[in-house]
Amino acid sequence: MDKTRQLRLAKDAMDRDWADPGLDLDTVAAHAGYSRYHFIRAFKEAYGETPGQYLTHRRIERAEDLLRTANLSVTEICHLVGFSSVGTFSARFKTWTGLTPSEYRAKHVGRGAALIPGCYAMLWAGGFRSAPGAGKERNSGEAG
Amino acid sequence: MIKGLAISTVWVLDQDRAKEFYTEKLGLEVRTDMTMGEGGMRWLTVGSPDQPDVELTLMVPGGPAMDPESAEMVRKLVAKGALGAGVLTTDDIHGDYKKLKDRGVEFLQEPQERPYGTEALFRDDSGNWFSFTQPREGGLDMDQDWSC
Repeated sequence: MDKTRQLRLAKDAMDRDWADPGLDLDTVAAHAGYSRYHFIRAFKEAYGETPGQYLTHRRIERAEDLLRTANLSVTEICHLVGFSSVGTFSARFKTWTGLTPSEYRAKHVGRGAALIPGCYAMLWAGGFRSAPGAGKERNSGEAG
Repeated sequence: MIKGLAISTVWVLDQDRAKEFYTEKLGLEVRTDMTMGEGGMRWLTVGSPDQPDVELTLMVPGGPAMDPESAEMVRKLVAKGALGAGVLTTDDIHGDYKKLKDRGVEFLQEPQERPYGTEALFRDDSGNWFSFTQPREGGLDMDQDWSC
C-alpha cells in the first residue's frame, strides 16, 4: 500500500498547487519519490491518466468552476489556473469539454455550485473520470 | 423516529497508527478501544471532547464482514485517496489549520472563504479526506460573487 500512498501524495500535490504555472513533472514526481519515467507509468496505472493529463484535467476543471461563477475574463482565468498561453488553454479546454471557454460560459453561467462544500466539488471532479469530448487526441502533447 | 447520528465508520489501514493520528494530531479522544475475544475484532472509536454523543469507529477492512478481495479493494481506494470521511468543524479555522499543519497533517487546501464558512481540506494518515470547516456565523452568505 505504500506505493499507492506515494502516488497519492503526488496527486495531492497537483490538487493543492495546480495554480502554480511552474509545477512540472520533476516537482510532482519528487513528491512521490519516484524517478520521472517510472513515475509516469506508475501514476497512470493507479489513476488512469498520466500526471500531465491529470494536471491539465484539474486545471480545466478549476477553469470550468471559475467560468460558471466568477466575473473574470477568459484570459484572467487562463492565468489563474496555471496556463501561460491562452491558445493552449482554449485548445485544451475544448478538447476536454467539447466547448470553447466562451461557449462553456454562455451555456453554464449562473449555475455555479458554491453551496456544495468546495472540497466535495474538487475531489469529485478529480482523478477518476473521462471527460466528455475527450478522445484519442487528448494524449497528444501531454505525454508527461 | 430517528434521533441523530451516533457512530460513523472510517476505514483505516492500521488501527494503531490511526489512533495516534486522530488523538495526537487531530486532538480527538479515544472513547473505546477493546478487542472481542482472542484475535477478534478490535473496536476502536474516537470523538471530539465537545461532542460526547457522536463518534467515529476506525475499522480496518477485512473479515468476517468483508471477503479478502473486497477488503483489498477498500484498502486500495483509501490509499489512493478516493474516499472522503466527512466534515469536521472548528471555531478557529486559521489557528487550528496552523496547529495541525505544524503537527504534520497533510493539507490539500488552505482555509478558503465559502458561502457557508471558511473551509480547509486535509487527509488522515490512511488517505481519507476530511473537510475542516468553521461555519459562518449568521448562516449562508450569498451576497458575494463566489468562485471556487
